[in-house]
Amino acid sequence: MTPTPHSPGRPTRPRGRTTLPILPVLPIRTEHNGVNALRVPARHAVRGIGLLCAAALSLTACASSSTTGSGSANTASSASAVQAALAKGGTITVWAWEPTLKQVVTDFEAKYPKVHVNLVNAGTGDKQYTALQNAVQAGNGGPDVAQIEYYALGQFALGKSVQDLSGFGAASLSSSYSPGPWSSVNIGGGVYALPMDSGPMALFYNKKVFDKYGLTVPTTWAQYLDDAKKLHAADPNAYITNDTGDAGFTTSLIWQAGGHPYKVDGTKVSVDFTDAGSTAFTSTWQQLVSAKLVAPVNSWSDQWYKGLGDGTIATLASGAWMPANFVSGVPGASGDWRVAPLPQWQAGQNASAENGGSSLAVMKASANQDLAYGFLQFANAGAGVQDRIKGGAFPATTADLNSSAFLNTAFPYFGGQKANQIFAQSAKNVVKGWQYLPFQVYANSIFNDTVGKAYVSSTTLTQGLQAWQDASVKYGSQQGFTTG
Amino acid sequence: MTVALPPARSRTTRRSGRGWIGLGFTAPFLAVFALVFLAPIAYSIYLSLFQDRLIGGTTFVGIDNYRQALGDPQFWEGLGRVGLFLLVQVPIMLGIALLVALALDSGRLYGRDFFRITVFLPYAVPAVVATLMWGFMYGTRFGLVADLDHTFGITLPDPLSPHLILAGIGNIVTWEFIGYNMLIFYSALRVIPHSLYEAAAIDGAGQWRIVGAIKLPAIRGALVIATIFSIIGSFQLFNEPSILRPLVPDSVSTSYTPNLYTYSLAFSGQQEDYAATVAIIMGLVTMVVAYAFQLRGMRKEA
Repeated sequence: MTPTPHSPGRPTRPRGRTTLPILPVLPIRTEHNGVNALRVPARHAVRGIGLLCAAALSLTACASSSTTGSGSANTASSASAVQAALAKGGTITVWAWEPTLKQVVTDFEAKYPKVHVNLVNAGTGDKQYTALQNAVQAGNGGPDVAQIEYYALGQFALGKSVQDLSGFGAASLSSSYSPGPWSSVNIGGGVYALPMDSGPMALFYNKKVFDKYGLTVPTTWAQYLDDAKKLHAADPNAYITNDTGDAGFTTSLIWQAGGHPYKVDGTKVSVDFTDAGSTAFTSTWQQLVSAKLVAPVNSWSDQWYKGLGDGTIATLASGAWMPANFVSGVPGASGDWRVAPLPQWQAGQNASAENGGSSLAVMKASANQDLAYGFLQFANAGAGVQDRIKGGAFPATTADLNSSAFLNTAFPYFGGQKANQIFAQSAKNVVKGWQYLPFQVYANSIFNDTVGKAYVSSTTLTQGLQAWQDASVKYGSQQGFTTG
Repeated sequence: MTVALPPARSRTTRRSGRGWIGLGFTAPFLAVFALVFLAPIAYSIYLSLFQDRLIGGTTFVGIDNYRQALGDPQFWEGLGRVGLFLLVQVPIMLGIALLVALALDSGRLYGRDFFRITVFLPYAVPAVVATLMWGFMYGTRFGLVADLDHTFGITLPDPLSPHLILAGIGNIVTWEFIGYNMLIFYSALRVIPHSLYEAAAIDGAGQWRIVGAIKLPAIRGALVIATIFSIIGSFQLFNEPSILRPLVPDSVSTSYTPNLYTYSLAFSGQQEDYAATVAIIMGLVTMVVAYAFQLRGMRKEA
């Protein structure tokens, strides 16, 4: 993992780009063309098959019991039970990679001395979801509380692996959170997690580059396109931004454009990338891609950090968690960058979208859900929020988003700009009604197989999105959803 | 062969006693073998008969997964890709390795040991490191390719583009495994008795004649073994594309090779059952091809 000592944003960045420089340990085979001492010589293998079948038969008998017993059917209890559990004490396990939670746990244990919290980093994003999924299937070994990104929450809510928190009084917190994150944890009438942070989008731009080439800060994506052309014409090494195909980024811009490609109603799922919002995105973005105005550099790569530092990548449309990554990843460009509201699809509008962000959920298999919810409340709605803001996190709670101390924080990295004002405004302007697929984790994993082709061949974004749509629908129906 | 027959009864007791002793010696191995080799295969076969859905849970589907896999274009595309890789990369790699081994064995090289170590060295570099290293060298913005472009003012083709990346992977694999295969050939060449060469020299055979008539036939077994390893390795191609994927996600798809497809199915798609099916089919394909080659390669021997 890239050494980012202070990176509250890192965990919440969109899927797809969370790929780490160091790869997961691969279970399949690690040696190419090498000798595998265990390999049966082919001659003997045929003889071995009979034996295999015998073994397979005996396994069938013992393995068939593995599907039962996932999660005790705890019924949700009341808010008073939560208080009682906190007073009584106990131990809970929390799986999260968010670094600011360490301080939250310390303060939580100080406030409730009888409670002990095991904070475990079980991997970032995908890796943790795999472990979580395995624990759910096994019926044991899972945590009481898990950090789950908004786009992935649907999958766990649907699989009934996380507890509906309405019964604990979570429903009454609706006004405490900004609308984007709150709607993300509301799935099918239940509240399946409490929002931890959020990623309302803004445009980060390199002011030094903009001043040098006399570019105006774009307020619409059309102006953004003009700036891209001007900049690349003035300096062929410089690009308005980088893009090699990123599911989180693409869906966020479609979200901002008012698109609703995903419609989810229980087990009914539909995908449609031909609506107005999606076409608004493709028509502008296709011009950037076709004219090679976006740098072919992967986000979070060394080249990317270098580009952000030396001015060859001039802007970045990203979530409000990005500043900490600028500070740690691109220290050399301190003072060069500024923050502006996200450019608009139609002049005069002020629409925004979320990019990334995660929540804390209580696992259904938890034996101590009352206590687990007590922790959630402290971390995401109580005193823990302040701890996390101090650590550099971008909150999801409206009270903090509106507090003057928060809004008037000057960012030395952005030349003293009070960037939180722009982020907070963006949080208010997030377009309502966006839905992710209940299997968005998988869908995002095949984004580059489909839409990615538009970046390296003559395939258009529209064709790529169509292919992505088809593949997502196919997976959905294989998984038992009603698609259409 | 005729052996004096002992009384029938004593023979059976001795035989069965010997059998038990033999079993006692092999039992530790058999236990481990069953646990780490047979059990996973059996479990994969078991898994491949089920389907686990987000909606509806696990159901027994019989051979449906196999039917689906055999009609799955992504699977066939990946299989076709490793097939092409096998046909092109393996002959190149083994050809170079053989040439190097013959050169070393000819006794006409200065600094033979140094040369041998140098050629073998890439094999000592872990595949992950080697692939990352090549990945950076292939870079057209900051890598070796970029530097060449800058220095000579040319535009080399991008080895990481979708239509060249298979060749790029082939180059990495060739670089990694020439030394390994060279060592197999070289050690086989070393055991040929020198008297044969002397006899050939007396008969007036030149070096090329010796290579063709003595050396190559003598190391036939080694050639077959190296080829079988390479066939297996090609079908199981995974490391290189999987490590390059984060660098160039648009060029290497999640189903680029059958093994990568299996990995993606199991870990991002939660389709362990279907992944097991694809893995079993790939195992069978590999087994059949390797076996067919072995039959053909060994036929004239003995």
